[in-house]
Amino acid sequence: MSARILTMSRAGREALDWEMERRDDIFCLGEDVYKFGGIFGTMDGFGAKYGPERVISTPISETGFIGMAAGAAMEGMHPVIDLAYIDFIGVCYNVLLNTASKTHYMSGGAVKVPMTLLIGTGGGYNNAAQHSQCLHATVAHIPGVKVVYPSNAYDAKGMLHTALRDDNFTIFLTHKATAGVGWMGTPIKTTLSEVPLEDYTVPFGKVKIYREGTDVTLIGLGMSVHECLKAADDLAKDGISAQVVDLRSLVPLDRDGIMAAVAQTGRLVVTDEDYLSYGVSGEILATIFERDPTILKKPPIRVAMPDIPIPFSRPMEQAVLPLAEKIAKQARKLMA
Amino acid sequence: MPLTPELRRSFFEQMTLSRAFDDQMIALYWEGKLPIFQFGAGPLPGELHCSNGAEPVGAGVCGALSADDMLTADHRPHHVAVCRGVDLDRMAAELLGKKTGLSQGKGGHMHIYDPSVNFASSAIIAEGMAPAAGMALARRLQKRPGVAVAFIGEGAANQGAFHETLNLVGVMKLPFIVVVQDNEWGVSTSKSESTAIERNSDRAASYGLAGEFVASNDPDDIYEATVRAVARARAGQGGTVLELKTARLAGHFMGDQQAYIPEQMKQADPIPLYRAKLLRDGVLTEAEADAIETASKARMEQAMQFAKDSPYPEPAEAFDHVFAGGSEASDKQEAGAAA
Ligand SMILES: Cc1ncc(C[n+]2csc(CCOP(=O)(O)OP(=O)(O)O)c2C)c(N)n1
Repeated sequence: MSARILTMSRAGREALDWEMERRDDIFCLGEDVYKFGGIFGTMDGFGAKYGPERVISTPISETGFIGMAAGAAMEGMHPVIDLAYIDFIGVCYNVLLNTASKTHYMSGGAVKVPMTLLIGTGGGYNNAAQHSQCLHATVAHIPGVKVVYPSNAYDAKGMLHTALRDDNFTIFLTHKATAGVGWMGTPIKTTLSEVPLEDYTVPFGKVKIYREGTDVTLIGLGMSVHECLKAADDLAKDGISAQVVDLRSLVPLDRDGIMAAVAQTGRLVVTDEDYLSYGVSGEILATIFERDPTILKKPPIRVAMPDIPIPFSRPMEQAVLPLAEKIAKQARKLMA
Repeated sequence: MPLTPELRRSFFEQMTLSRAFDDQMIALYWEGKLPIFQFGAGPLPGELHCSNGAEPVGAGVCGALSADDMLTADHRPHHVAVCRGVDLDRMAAELLGKKTGLSQGKGGHMHIYDPSVNFASSAIIAEGMAPAAGMALARRLQKRPGVAVAFIGEGAANQGAFHETLNLVGVMKLPFIVVVQDNEWGVSTSKSESTAIERNSDRAASYGLAGEFVASNDPDDIYEATVRAVARARAGQGGTVLELKTARLAGHFMGDQQAYIPEQMKQADPIPLYRAKLLRDGVLTEAEADAIETASKARMEQAMQFAKDSPYPEPAEAFDHVFAGGSEASDKQEAGAAA
């Protein structure tokens, strides 16, 4: 069958639509989803198509409706929740931390909680400290929740199919700048992909090698993948061959894939738009250190959001984001 | 203070100043964002939630407060801030991300802080509620006067923080007022779609608080209801849920097409209505009203000029203010991560 070039937002919508057409257990809920179709339009037009019983606009009551989703999941439904920005998890964190993530374990496997929580992450557009965070480490740290983070349209569709067919609680993250939605300007080219019309799955827990390279490995996730790709273009001008790796999935994390990729170059820059300390970048370095630090020719470098609240003003925010220029500079240091 | 002609004139002045603030910010907002819209582009980036239509709330409530009182606002703070007397120049500069801004460019429009007039805000829905109650508690412990006033939208009244805080206020009989600004909409969701009962002021009964509802979006009525709530708070009679019907004339934020609002739900602009009322009542003449509107615009132009002329912060200033006491971000991360 034919494929078309889609944005992540349209590709994700296709997966959810396909599953909803065929399954009664899936329903959507979140603020403004009936009229607006979710922050990235994943449920665009679903109000009219599926009606208000399956596409539920909620009050601004996150503890309430996400807790309800967990209960509905325990009773055999598969809720799909739109939580707009990850900064809002603060007001419903107990559901994530203690209910949806741990019920299967605490019940000795007797109770399942299949649900998918769609959340937008990230900054870069001057929305300040309470609307620009990534916080993926904050959710990936909780045992019992799968956390995935596609960075292009093909993966967005395939990984959403996977999440919807999974019997567990999945947090499905999308960086706002990658989604291809109107309010973030022209879509970034490298987020667009050819997307097959038919359904397909992309398994969780496998890194994606976006670009082969022999000198240095650039690891990213979400938006930072695209900054790594830009950096790789820039490095190529100096004859430096950079490999670009997209983690795609934080839980499960493809530790074998990370080791294999880094072993190919022996030089590593890990990028992350989440806070530097106690996060994904440290987890990757710990993995290498535990398994085989001798694959590294040089000490690795992390380019991450420093441990500061995200500043509003453009010159300050731009200075702290893990942007391509900064990544390339660190890669050059490793080559020196 | 009774509702004197001077007071009503000042309401009109503040409402028109608040409107000038929003109108001029809206004009600037679109610079650099057309034809391709992008939140992050132009001299005024980020989301922008304007207060057009809610000015009577700012004028009427703030007119009944004294310098001791403490205010928290939400993601739509301009009208409250302007009417509270937050420094206009520095607030404008903050929206533009300038070094001279209230927060030196750290906060932006959703995070307005001005301790000199006891003004704070939070853009996470309903999260200004409990801190306001805590401010009231601090004053009680310090044996100092002061009523805490939390400004929220009707959408925020469905958050747990709203209900938990009201119960605490009721139990502790704190001097507290929550101003529920009912502009009918929380983004695209109407009050009747989100709220099980018609009036949040009725919810006050469940927490042992007084409830008042003002339907007119008129600063005179809002002022008088606030005076009653403040009197109860100061007399140790506890808190009030003050629900005020108001308007949201410029959409949820800039870029909101508002196609979800049916024709019969279009809201009236309170400023020309109040102007006409003041003319009718002989408080202002046409010429005086015109002069006030002109002066408000001119004052805001001055603030805008100040903001535009101000420098941006240095990139390295991003690392300042993480902690109090002059220490900076934990581990000198400028060297590694942000290099
Ligand atoms: C906890 C939380 N959930 C969701 C949001 C996103 N959000 C921002 S404003 C808003 C609507 C608020 O409606 P209301 O309180 O009525 O205020 P209004 O915008 O009408 O002034 C929403 C849902 C948020 N900021 N915080």
